[in-house]
Amino acid sequence: MAAAIPLSLLVLLLLGPGGWCLAEHPRDSLREELVITPLPSGDVAATFQFRTRWDSELQREGVSHYRLFPKALGQLISKYSLRELHLSFTQGFWRTRYWGPPFLQAPSGAELWVWFQDTVTDVDKSWKELSNVLSGIFCASLNFIDSTNTVTPTASFKPLGLANDTDHYFLRYAVLPREVVCTENLTPWKKLLPCSSKAGLSVLLKADRLFHTSYHSQAVHIRPVCRNARCTSISWELRQTLSVVFDAFITGQGKKDWSLFRMFSRTLTEPCPLASESRVYVDITNYNQDNETLEVHPSPTTTYQDVILGTRKTYAIYDLLDSAMINNSRNLNIQLKWKRPPENGYIHYQPAQDRLQPHLLEMLIQLPANSVTKVSIQFERALLKWTEYTPDPNHGFYVSPSVLSALVPSMVAAKPVDWEESPLFNSLFPVSDGSNYFVRLYTEPLLVNLPTPDFSMPYNVICLTCTVVAVCYGSFYNLLTRTFHIEEPRTGGLAKRLANLIRRARGVPLL
Amino acid sequence: MTSDSCGPSSRLYLAAPDQLGLLSSGCGATCLPPGRCTAGPTLLGAAPSGLPNPLTSCRLHQHRPPSSRPLLWARAPSALDMRAGASVSGTGSAGERGSPGLTGAACGHRGGDWRRERVRRWERVRSRAALPRHGPPVGPGSPARARPPRAAPQRAAVVRTGLGEAGTRGPWTRAAGGPMRGPHRGPGPLQLLAPLRLLAPFRSCPLEALRISGPGLALGSGVPMQDSGFSVLSYVAGIAWFLALVFPPLTQRTYMSENAMGSTMVEEQFAGGDRARAFARDFAAHRKKSGALPVAWLERTMRSVGLEVYTQSFSRKLPFPDETHERYMVSGTNVYGILRAPRAASTESLVLTVPCGSDSTNSQAVGLLLALAAHFRGQIYWAKDIIFLVTEHDLLGTEAWLEAYHDVNVTGMQSSPLQGRAGAIQAAVALELSSDVVTSLDVAVEGLNGQLPNLDLLNLFQTFCQKGGLLCTLQGKLQPQDWTSLDGPLQGLQTLLLMVLRQASGRPHGSHGLFLRYRVEALTLRGINSFRQYKYDLVAVGKALEGMFRKLNHLLERLHQSFFLYLLPGLSRFVSIGLYMPAVGFLLLVLGLKALELWMQLHEAGMGLEEPGGAPGPSVPLPPSQGVGLASLVAPLLISQAMGLALYVLPVLGQHVATQHFPVAEAEAVVLTLLAIYAAGLALPHNTHRVVSTQAPDRGWMALKLVALIYLALQLGCIALTNFSLGFLLATSMVPAAALAKPHGPRTLYAALLVLTSPAAMLLGSLFLWRELQEAPLSLAEGWQLFLAALAQGVLEHHTYGALLFPLLSLGLYPCWLLFWNVLFWK
Repeated sequence: MAAAIPLSLLVLLLLGPGGWCLAEHPRDSLREELVITPLPSGDVAATFQFRTRWDSELQREGVSHYRLFPKALGQLISKYSLRELHLSFTQGFWRTRYWGPPFLQAPSGAELWVWFQDTVTDVDKSWKELSNVLSGIFCASLNFIDSTNTVTPTASFKPLGLANDTDHYFLRYAVLPREVVCTENLTPWKKLLPCSSKAGLSVLLKADRLFHTSYHSQAVHIRPVCRNARCTSISWELRQTLSVVFDAFITGQGKKDWSLFRMFSRTLTEPCPLASESRVYVDITNYNQDNETLEVHPSPTTTYQDVILGTRKTYAIYDLLDSAMINNSRNLNIQLKWKRPPENGYIHYQPAQDRLQPHLLEMLIQLPANSVTKVSIQFERALLKWTEYTPDPNHGFYVSPSVLSALVPSMVAAKPVDWEESPLFNSLFPVSDGSNYFVRLYTEPLLVNLPTPDFSMPYNVICLTCTVVAVCYGSFYNLLTRTFHIEEPRTGGLAKRLANLIRRARGVPLL
Repeated sequence: MTSDSCGPSSRLYLAAPDQLGLLSSGCGATCLPPGRCTAGPTLLGAAPSGLPNPLTSCRLHQHRPPSSRPLLWARAPSALDMRAGASVSGTGSAGERGSPGLTGAACGHRGGDWRRERVRRWERVRSRAALPRHGPPVGPGSPARARPPRAAPQRAAVVRTGLGEAGTRGPWTRAAGGPMRGPHRGPGPLQLLAPLRLLAPFRSCPLEALRISGPGLALGSGVPMQDSGFSVLSYVAGIAWFLALVFPPLTQRTYMSENAMGSTMVEEQFAGGDRARAFARDFAAHRKKSGALPVAWLERTMRSVGLEVYTQSFSRKLPFPDETHERYMVSGTNVYGILRAPRAASTESLVLTVPCGSDSTNSQAVGLLLALAAHFRGQIYWAKDIIFLVTEHDLLGTEAWLEAYHDVNVTGMQSSPLQGRAGAIQAAVALELSSDVVTSLDVAVEGLNGQLPNLDLLNLFQTFCQKGGLLCTLQGKLQPQDWTSLDGPLQGLQTLLLMVLRQASGRPHGSHGLFLRYRVEALTLRGINSFRQYKYDLVAVGKALEGMFRKLNHLLERLHQSFFLYLLPGLSRFVSIGLYMPAVGFLLLVLGLKALELWMQLHEAGMGLEEPGGAPGPSVPLPPSQGVGLASLVAPLLISQAMGLALYVLPVLGQHVATQHFPVAEAEAVVLTLLAIYAAGLALPHNTHRVVSTQAPDRGWMALKLVALIYLALQLGCIALTNFSLGFLLATSMVPAAALAKPHGPRTLYAALLVLTSPAAMLLGSLFLWRELQEAPLSLAEGWQLFLAALAQGVLEHHTYGALLFPLLSLGLYPCWLLFWNVLFWK
């Protein structure tokens, strides 16, 4: 490395700003980032992001040397011709009303959505295989994804990365609301990090603290991005995000104080040596506004203000690599009111087929200001086949959360920022211009009680005895009441047969 | 068996042995003068498993004419065996199906020696056939048609007349083809009744007379006329069974069925007694100041203990002023705070609710709720969200909140939608405390329309009562310790009766009662502060609640393991549905027996009318129009139903008219209109009997009573299935009068009895019994006042909560009762 950088600088000096020479740059890089946001409710949210970027054509076969990019995922991309992959595991529910809008919300349970390359011929087969492989990689029950919980949205879930066409035929989306997330999912996720949990921000990822929170969401996003400003070639970007919300009421006895150690029972000592950028952002916007006498220790080396997601925010920046200031911003505190859907919109409805595919209802609607929109769906509770009940049928059956994707007008015009340079938490969703920002919200999953037979012993006894009685009694009765008699020898010839034929057609007794 | 074998001319002469006295005692065929026998097979529930050897007990005589239509039966022995066996078993099962007492299968012989027996039997048949009564004897040369002889012993096994063996030899059965005729019919379900039809009396009881309402009812043809003794026995058995429910073999110890709540024990750490009292004081002060629920204070306090707080406003105009609670146009606000369980997606929740009425009771409950919320908020083990709900206008607020939570509107409540939800509610506990210290905790389980929570919820409460050493009561009664002696069960009987009365009322006894409609298991805990020495403070109550919530928090599924239908003679004893249902079954049997008896009388009377000479020989089926015209019953039925409808609709609808013309308030108007319409129904018989035109007055009232009996039995049966207490109470009171009512005999006595057991009188009586059991007897005037109030409450609760007692009584039982009144004054 040390030799390579001067060499590339030399080349740069010699050849001027030629774009092709960027290929000589380090082909992969790692940025890590932690954002700590005191939430309006007094709780504290911590969002980790680790971004590995690799300037390589993974689609081509023959890539065998992996450095920072995890090999398991890289092979996945080439084998299944992925264009984008988004996988999240979430325990808990992001309470937008009290916590403000999230950087990146995820539905409770597991969510997986994938865009395949248009070279894939059998998308469903690839999807099935992919979910099984991911199931193994992340120790999760993703293998339960099948056609009954997979949909192909047509309006939402557009690609987040580079995409030439958006034929939704190559998109698959599935949610498993019942998936429980625990350390067994966290460990493989941490292993994908270049520094694992040995150094850098990832030392804070102690399982016993992370799972002591109100909300836990970890995700993996893979997408192609532009390699340079002119977008002449693509790079692959892997983002690993992890969001937790600490309950200040319980951990801080109602006070708003927090510290890294109190939250994670660890402090940061050294940056990850492989990272090109390692920073901690602390949202100090509200401190200034409310004139609260709050201090941040140590005093930030840098602060930065910017407009993200519609509001102006101030962040204190702690750079673990050096103390240079990097300007970042992000914002919160956006209230969403649901309104009546206007007349013209886009509605896509794909009815379910029992045991084959789920319902899909997509509505593209424009919400008037200060209104409440209620979308209700009538359903009836059906009796399942008796083998289809889960071992705990009285727990109920989950209905996946619904998704709200919105382009919200920003209150403050954001200035265009360099996408490569902006903080990671601000650059997941592509922004077309500064006047809008994108949010995606999920509702909570629904637990529905279906009519459940009594599976206890009396029920079994009744079922069995009824079956036995029905079978035995029915056959015996049939046998015993049947009259046996000898067929008359066939008399008569063709005429009678013809007559019988006609009689059969008329429905009268045969001769 | 196919219908060929029971053709029109086959005749069976049946006799049954003495060993079957058990069966015949209650329902033995009443053999009237020879040749006027009205008995067929009897129908009784006794299981004839111990029947004696069928070959000695069953006799059979049969004549068959040679079949006119030659059939080619199999002559091979194997085929014949098969066929004969077939007929034996087939008819045996048919007999079982048709009448339980007729389990002729016991007569079946399946052994290898059946053929020898058959030969012997066949000889007997032939010897009897030498005395032909009707039709030419069957020649011995047609064994292929010999299935009926094999079948008959099965059917005949349990038939006996009251005159003993000798009297049974009469020709009192004959085969009747009727609708079963037809050679190509398959063995359909109707044919199961064929053997019964074979047993119909031959000469004097032609089957046609039975066909008043179709052939399916022919199974009633064996009931004798004078079996009132059995009816009395059945009634007494029903009552005795119910009384016996409190004795240990029938009442069982409660036990925790739910695995998730059973083995784990939790340690309660609630210590916020002072905090609870402080909250309660503040709440009471704010409430006194504002005169209503201090919404802002509650919101602030809940938020300060770390809950997500929401409010819901609602308003409701009652159908008429509620004098008991002094409210008419109601508007209020519910406040609820949600404790969000960490790392849960708000799919499940528990509810702790405190209903606040207009008076300033229940402040301590609010205080305890807030203190518990503060304590719960600091814990990390919650897996379900917990909703702390304070409702205004007690049950009205609860109803508004529940409807909004489930996004339904069933009672016309206007309310704002809920902003915060917490998934499916798994269980709810309502709390009512009016003092800082309590001597005991009373638990109420009876909900709307008699619904009960899962027994495990009660077991849970009982567990923590015992653990915390709390004194817990049920129906305000202390728990008997000793169930082996007589005292315990007698005390249990009091509790049981109180529970039956409460459940029968169908009222929600506490705000938990409204949760049950949404399949949320719920109960109400009431703190009682009496003069007892030893008292418990709020910490003890709070610890019990904490323990209950922590265990409910463990639930993986909804409570479903334990009983949903039970009676409670004590907190630690219960009676399951399988054990208490026979009580009401016995009572309903009386109605069934009476109906069957009437049926027989009707058909006999019809015969007397139509066949005065008792014409011998196979008679031609008479057209059904010769029976009692059902059309003549339409008028009384319609009129009584119309009275019921008027009773249901008019009081509320006509209250304004009434207040304009009479100096009464709306509530009084409703109650008085109710009583007036109710009493007006009694004048009906004098009007309706003219409408009914029939040549046979006896048959008229009999038919009406028959219909009324069946109607009543059906109604009571359905009610007892859903709300046992109500069904049992109604059956206890209405059955004797219904069974006795007839236009002859001591009419005044009958009328008095009927009036005393009418639904309204029963309500009055229940009130007296209720207060008597609570050891707070009522004077007559008080009772009357309470009765009027109860009427108004019943109507109100139907409109505000959807209680079903009022429509049930006015649309179902009152018209039915009017029918009996009609019968009584039949001219």
